[in-house]
Amino acid sequence: MRRFWQNDCCGLQLVHKRFSLDVPKLNDMSARPKILLLDDEQDLLDMYKEILAQLPSHPEIHLANSGARAIALLEAEPFTLLISDLRMPKMDGLQVLSIVRRKFPDLRVVVMTSITDEQYRSRAYAMGVDLFWVKPGNGEEMKMFQDCIASLLGQDVQSGGFRGVQSKGLVDIIQLECLSRGSSVLKIVNGTRDGRIWVCEGDIVDAQCGDLSAHAAFKEMLSWRTGAFEILPADLERTRTIFENYQGLLLDSAQSLDEAGDSGEPSPGGTPLTGLAALSRVDGVEFIVEVPTNELETVESWGVKNAEPYAKWTRESWKSLCELGEKLHVGDPVHFHGLGWQGHVGLDAKDSKQIFVGFARSLNSDQIREKMNLICSKWVS
Amino acid sequence: MGLLNFFSKTDDVSNLTRLSSGSITVDSEGTIITSTLPRSFPEMQVEEISSRVLKIFKDAKEAQMPLTELILEFPALKITARELRGGAIIFLAPSSPKVPKSGS
Repeated sequence: MRRFWQNDCCGLQLVHKRFSLDVPKLNDMSARPKILLLDDEQDLLDMYKEILAQLPSHPEIHLANSGARAIALLEAEPFTLLISDLRMPKMDGLQVLSIVRRKFPDLRVVVMTSITDEQYRSRAYAMGVDLFWVKPGNGEEMKMFQDCIASLLGQDVQSGGFRGVQSKGLVDIIQLECLSRGSSVLKIVNGTRDGRIWVCEGDIVDAQCGDLSAHAAFKEMLSWRTGAFEILPADLERTRTIFENYQGLLLDSAQSLDEAGDSGEPSPGGTPLTGLAALSRVDGVEFIVEVPTNELETVESWGVKNAEPYAKWTRESWKSLCELGEKLHVGDPVHFHGLGWQGHVGLDAKDSKQIFVGFARSLNSDQIREKMNLICSKWVS
Repeated sequence: MGLLNFFSKTDDVSNLTRLSSGSITVDSEGTIITSTLPRSFPEMQVEEISSRVLKIFKDAKEAQMPLTELILEFPALKITARELRGGAIIFLAPSSPKVPKSGS
């Protein structure tokens, strides 16, 4: 039995290696990992931003002070890691986690909270977080926290992996299940998708995933790089639709995935940034809305879930200022920004469009003016 | 003489309002509470400025982004407004391209 295991492992490593070859292609993220920090306390956000900026990978750090804003940012562009507080007004951390798990299954998630209640820890892990961390209280804890985040960022760039078996691919999980010659049903979840693989005495007998079944379903699930799995009680009466042995099946599926990878499918991480996303690179920018003067044209936005109220305000305010400039004979407005306790905003216009930019609260008036000038020069060009 | 009078006509100039520095305080209804602007500055223009500023503050609040301060710059005038419990204190500062704007 032991010998069988060793021999099989050698063969299986080959399978896994083939499967891993296309991982860098599928995960062609930029060199700097991106972290989204979510906490309702701005001071803490600023502090953790400074701390995490010291990591060896020099991550790009974005801040969000509400769950809604965090989700808007996640929708706008891919992130490597989300670090979230639990106790927040309106949408608490657990609510954010449930949305994040469903909509962004690839995202690594760390909960960082001052709540030490074991119940919340269990609930957070049950929702698939990678790490539950009580807010560091001293220098040593902070160092450990930095090390853990650095390790997690490294894992993400290198491997992906299924939650529950850290850094293991689905291939590894199926191999382990088949090698044990056991019988079970593997339930695999990837975001809103899920599927099942029926294993009977070490053989894969059937697979089901949405409308797909048998080989097609198995291949589909094998293409999921991350997700969560659960081992359900065996269903020995399941009708057999797959007759190949599991090694042949894995090799076949891995080959199909290799071919799919070579066909040049765009990777989510490698999607080129759109115009507004490129403007958002300016430090301190939280969101951008591009507003056509014509209300019938589409409003473009980055980092904001519902841009319509902002677009309406932008149109009306800019129009009002132009009218005021005309009445006072002082010319058209050349610069406009506003400061608020939630965040600051800047507004400018060119031809038939206005640009409305949200800035972090930590910026002062002069910095906003400077950054608006920079954004406008890039926007126009 | 008539020809000289033609070139030195000042009718249009008399209609021009000189921009003045100063501040006004308005309540949430737009009623002027205090003003440091000279009497020569037309009240209608003061009301025009204050009503638009109050509307921008009010609309920003309705759009879920409450603002406490506005900085509006025109080629010849800078308006700074601070929200005061529904009202506002508004500072006017004429500017010229030759004179660098304060704070920039």
